[in-house]
Amino acid sequence: MYVAVKGGEAAIDAAHAQLADLRRGDRSVAALSLDQIRDQMALAVARVMAEGSLYDPDLAALALKQAWGDVAEAIFLVRAYRTTLPRLAATRPLDTARMVVRRRISATFKDLPGGQVLGPTFDYTHRLLDFALAAEDEPLAEPPPPAEAPLDPDMPRVTDILGADGLIEPESDPDADNPDAPVPDLTREPLTFPAGRAMRLQVLARGDEGFLLSLGYSSQRGHGGTHPFAGEIRMGEVEVEIIPEDLGFPVTIGTVTATECQMINQFQGSKTKPPQFTRGYGLVFGFNERKAMAMSLVDRALRAPDLGEPVVAPAQDEEFVLSHADVVEASGFVQHLKLPHYVDFQAELDSVRRMRRAAETGEGADS
Amino acid sequence: MTQHDSGVTFGYLDEQTKRMIRRAVLKAVAIPGYQVPFAGREMPLPYGWGTGGIQVTASIIGPDDVLKVIDQGADDTTNAVSIRRFFRRVTGVRTTEHTTEATLIQTRHRIPETPLGPDQILIYQVPIPEPLRFMEARETETRRMHALADYGVMHVKLYEDISQYGRIAKAYDYPVMVNGRYVMAPSPIPKFDNPKMHDAPFLQLFGAGREKRIYAVPPHTSVVSLDFEDHPFEVQSWDRVCDLCGADDSYLDEVVTDDAGGRLFVCSDSDYCAGRRAAGHEGPAAASAAGAALSETMTAVSREADGEGTP
Repeated sequence: MYVAVKGGEAAIDAAHAQLADLRRGDRSVAALSLDQIRDQMALAVARVMAEGSLYDPDLAALALKQAWGDVAEAIFLVRAYRTTLPRLAATRPLDTARMVVRRRISATFKDLPGGQVLGPTFDYTHRLLDFALAAEDEPLAEPPPPAEAPLDPDMPRVTDILGADGLIEPESDPDADNPDAPVPDLTREPLTFPAGRAMRLQVLARGDEGFLLSLGYSSQRGHGGTHPFAGEIRMGEVEVEIIPEDLGFPVTIGTVTATECQMINQFQGSKTKPPQFTRGYGLVFGFNERKAMAMSLVDRALRAPDLGEPVVAPAQDEEFVLSHADVVEASGFVQHLKLPHYVDFQAELDSVRRMRRAAETGEGADS
Repeated sequence: MTQHDSGVTFGYLDEQTKRMIRRAVLKAVAIPGYQVPFAGREMPLPYGWGTGGIQVTASIIGPDDVLKVIDQGADDTTNAVSIRRFFRRVTGVRTTEHTTEATLIQTRHRIPETPLGPDQILIYQVPIPEPLRFMEARETETRRMHALADYGVMHVKLYEDISQYGRIAKAYDYPVMVNGRYVMAPSPIPKFDNPKMHDAPFLQLFGAGREKRIYAVPPHTSVVSLDFEDHPFEVQSWDRVCDLCGADDSYLDEVVTDDAGGRLFVCSDSDYCAGRRAAGHEGPAAASAAGAALSETMTAVSREADGEGTP
């Protein structure tokens, strides 16, 4: 048996052709359209936009189609595309208090100004496969009737209500000593440590959902516990504004769908701070509560050093969390082990053989 | 020369990004062996597959450059093929497999056997730029250690190897001291290649995309492999020659040729081996069936004039 050693151009071309063929699948089945993916796989699209850090539902749908439904691969495609785009402007901070809310719940107050708005959610559904959906011509569900009363346009954030009484720490400027300093931009600057909260939140916002979920979960199970309450979760559309240099006043350039989570956490107080509630914050493109909640747990856990808490768990360790949160980095580096390592393996082989020889003869290994 | 894909910028990166990377490269050249953080971008190839080297190459390449890409010393390994295609597509520059023709050589895990000259730049792909990483996981700590030239842990590690195994076990990515100041990871090249870095006439640039670091060894800079007086640094040596070309001075890859224990040892540098064979050199197994088959797969890849293929 002869072992082929090296692959070449022809092999790569053939591999690409096979992939394209399998991706398309059975030709007698209609191809997915981007509209279908964007509208009917909207949560996958949202995740690709969030972790791809690019808000464009059409491109995210294209990426999902091209990636054969592999979300991490689709995120990678969007990130690589992002590299080709110039930075034109920085937006003003999103004002989520002015969000056109589709869902808004608080686990800390039974009722509150603006009310609880359940909205579209998997919560309280029974997870039973709905075989009616399997039918080719799925019956068209009636759109739900409009709400009896319009939502209260004034929807103050729960944390602002608590803040009025001083029961929760004020949201501090990320760079309190230098409030006019520009916000650091993870996509244009290298991540260095200590990263600071502004940079941290950016890493978390586009961090891998599974990784953050597990870390947040670990903090709930005692590895750096933060005793969280879901102060508020809201989802809806927010306006994005920029201030063009030649105009000097804000202009709305569009809206994005976003999910925001404000965790409220116990804090025993320290030498310099009275006992009060503290904050963990999550904000994610699209409708993705799981990610927003996990993010806010991890954000709060990472604030341990700022609050004088001991750093004892992975979720509290800034370098550990931020260095390993990115799915594009993690996926690439894990999978690079597929690349040839003939040369370094040969060096190891040589080294091990020498050491074994030395061990057998009982001599020094230098020979 | 092929036309570069007009849908993307020359070199894929936008001009602001290229300038940012060139500034990092200049700083790296000014401080040999120091790891300069840079705002690495996501490239269309995965992290760990050469994105650092690709970004450095993309930032310094010009239309008149001639590019060679190797992985494990060979031009025909799949990732080298893929990266070479990428640059053909986004720059349209001429590519070559001949070490002597290239102005830029992007490499993973090897330094070519043919000595490079002052008009050539060698760009290394680097997975883990921090030589102290496996002794100290924290970047905040390792940066402090570099700042203070506090390399005690590295010497202790090497010493522990000697006390445990009778020798320094590190066989690749063997740490070097650059310009008498910074301990540097030469990337996972076999230690066989380390001496080629010292006082080299060519510029050496290192790009770590995922870790977002660039570092450099300018021409004619001292690069000393760490060792002890009583355990001097030494490189791998073989008691055999390349089975195909007979070279006794090149790094050899072991190739398993059958399931009955058959082995061939051949140059990892495919251009070097092919050049020697073209000049009439023959190794001990050149005429054997396995040798001939291997020789064929290694030379049947004349890719100079091929098309772009599937992206």
